[in-house]
Amino acid sequence: MALHILLADDEREFVETLAERLGLRGHHVRVVYDGLSALAEMEKELPQVMVIDWMMPGLSGEEVLRKVKAAHAGLPVIVLTGHQAVDDNGQDPVAGAFMCLTKPVAFATLLDAITAAALSSGEVRS
Amino acid sequence: MLASLKTKFFDAFGHAFEVPDEVSPERYRSLRRIMTWLMVAVSVTPLLLLTGINHAQYMRTLEREMENPLYALVRKSQASLELFLGERASTVSLIAHAYNFDELTSGTTLTRVFMALKSEFKGFVDMGLVDDKGRQVAYVGPYELLNADYAKQPWLHETQVKGRYISDVFLGLRGIPHMVIAVQRMEESGRTWTLRVTIDTAQLEELVASVGLMQDTDAFLCDAKGVLQTNSRFYGKTLEKLPLSLPPRSLETTVRHISDAEGTRLVAAYTTLAGTDLTLMAVKPATDLLRPWTSLRSELLIVLCGGIAIIVIVSHLLMKHLVGRLEASDERRVAAFAQMEHNQKLSSIGRLAAGVAHEVNNPLAVINEKAGLAQDLLSMDGDFPHKQKLIGLLQSIESTVERARSITHRLLGFSRRMEAHQQELSLGEIVEETIGFMERGAKNRGVSITTEGFGEAPRIVSDRGQLQQVFLNLMGNALDAVADGGAIAVRCAAADDGGVKVQVSDNGKGMSEEVRKHIFEPFYSTKKDKGTGLGMFITYGIVRRLGGDIDVESEEGRGTTFTITLPHMPPQSAGGDA
Repeated sequence: MALHILLADDEREFVETLAERLGLRGHHVRVVYDGLSALAEMEKELPQVMVIDWMMPGLSGEEVLRKVKAAHAGLPVIVLTGHQAVDDNGQDPVAGAFMCLTKPVAFATLLDAITAAALSSGEVRS
Repeated sequence: MLASLKTKFFDAFGHAFEVPDEVSPERYRSLRRIMTWLMVAVSVTPLLLLTGINHAQYMRTLEREMENPLYALVRKSQASLELFLGERASTVSLIAHAYNFDELTSGTTLTRVFMALKSEFKGFVDMGLVDDKGRQVAYVGPYELLNADYAKQPWLHETQVKGRYISDVFLGLRGIPHMVIAVQRMEESGRTWTLRVTIDTAQLEELVASVGLMQDTDAFLCDAKGVLQTNSRFYGKTLEKLPLSLPPRSLETTVRHISDAEGTRLVAAYTTLAGTDLTLMAVKPATDLLRPWTSLRSELLIVLCGGIAIIVIVSHLLMKHLVGRLEASDERRVAAFAQMEHNQKLSSIGRLAAGVAHEVNNPLAVINEKAGLAQDLLSMDGDFPHKQKLIGLLQSIESTVERARSITHRLLGFSRRMEAHQQELSLGEIVEETIGFMERGAKNRGVSITTEGFGEAPRIVSDRGQLQQVFLNLMGNALDAVADGGAIAVRCAAADDGGVKVQVSDNGKGMSEEVRKHIFEPFYSTKKDKGTGLGMFITYGIVRRLGGDIDVESEEGRGTTFTITLPHMPPQSAGGDA
């Protein structure tokens, strides 16, 4: 199950490594380093899942999330944050996001979240 | 001078009324002393002044009361004595001018006149006519004094100078005390002669005594040299020297305070009789008159001392009460201030910890992903030396990152926002659930867990999950603290403000004052290898966020009690930072 994933994070070391690991598992991953680029890249080709950082220069994660939901309500967005803690039961205080995870997140957890997000939108490409 | 006094006053009092940094008993003792004495001084001073004025006025009144009867007595006696002497002098003068020398010396004229005189006026003893050479040429009376020579008698000289003379009392030729009234007559023919009568001094005594003397009062006449002219009750017989100092001559009635030879205080009223050298004196001992004052003084003294004692006692009690209140209020204020400082400190630490956790999370995430990628890459390659070792190392990195993650997440948990998970709940249920988690562990070690008061406790609005974490933490700590077979008690009671108070007590090893002070700070753990040192820190953060308070009492070897108070409703700002 290869997914089109768009990663947006200003922490390059992190986001590039993450992209490589997802790539190793057969996913198509695009990487951007700020909010505006994330929106532009999204419009070029709609991904199946977006993973965005909550605190980015330019456009913040919150604004990106709002604009994404306004344009494509069905596109699932996973929020990664070093700031906002999330309850153990995955309760999401960030309205509209599919899930909010706190860095550092276990890779397996993130992978599960991405898969779940893709499944929820019903756009799984084989 | 005034300015320096003022400065000193405010130094003393300003210091006493300053807001204290800490509550020292000495400070309040000195404050109480200063205020008590100030109040006593302020109250007693007018009392003393009043008593002093009262005393002075009473003394003055008493003196007047003592003086007035004497004064009246002297005035009355003076009037009768002056009348007595004046009448007699005028009568003698009338006779001297009505008759000539020849008429009085011839036949029985003098006897006839004297008899008429005696029948009209009391006190006459005899009467005689003295010629210009001092010889008594005619005489009527009980003594053999015809032809007596008076040329050397002082009264004759005085009469020749003044024309009319009333003598002092003297013995004269007859050797008996008497006084002389003499009038000189100068006839038209140029003949000069003197008519003299003598008066019995008993008459004077009668007159002095007739005014009615009190038992302790003495009244008498004396001459200018201080020789008694009448018998005195206490100071000697006629013609004896008066043992009192003689006041200066005064025609006005005067009252003086004098002392006798023994030092007894006396009040004396006196006046000089008009036309004579005689002084009329009335004397009364002053001490006797002061007797009522002495008894009043002791009553006054009792009232004064009683008043002062009451003032001192009341001031002492009042100030003790007031300063006690002040001390208690200061203590409360200092305690509240300390509590506020403590809360602020913990809140700052919480914020700092969250900030650090956030900053650490990003690099942790990088490490995590790098290690993960390395593992991914390794798993795709074939075997090579140390491959397994490298995989183990990378897994160790991942698990260490996981450990760090759990710490930063819990740190963030301290200050994380709390969206509404609030509901009306029963603390009893939460505590029972929590006990359910621990029951097995407790049973294995023979530890009893009892609950009390949850049935009656009011339901409150709060966050169930968070409270569960709080009780799990507190009871977990209690379980760790007690020895096998120990006891844990969870008690609940309604608080004053509609909230509840929950106490978790254990009879375990307790904690030192040092530990107790730092118990709510992050990474402060006594369970060296077991805990993260964040449990109590998070518990504190949750309780504060829920609008409550947490406090701990502990005694080493006796046990520990955590007390949590929770409001009926969490405050509006519950969603904010702790």
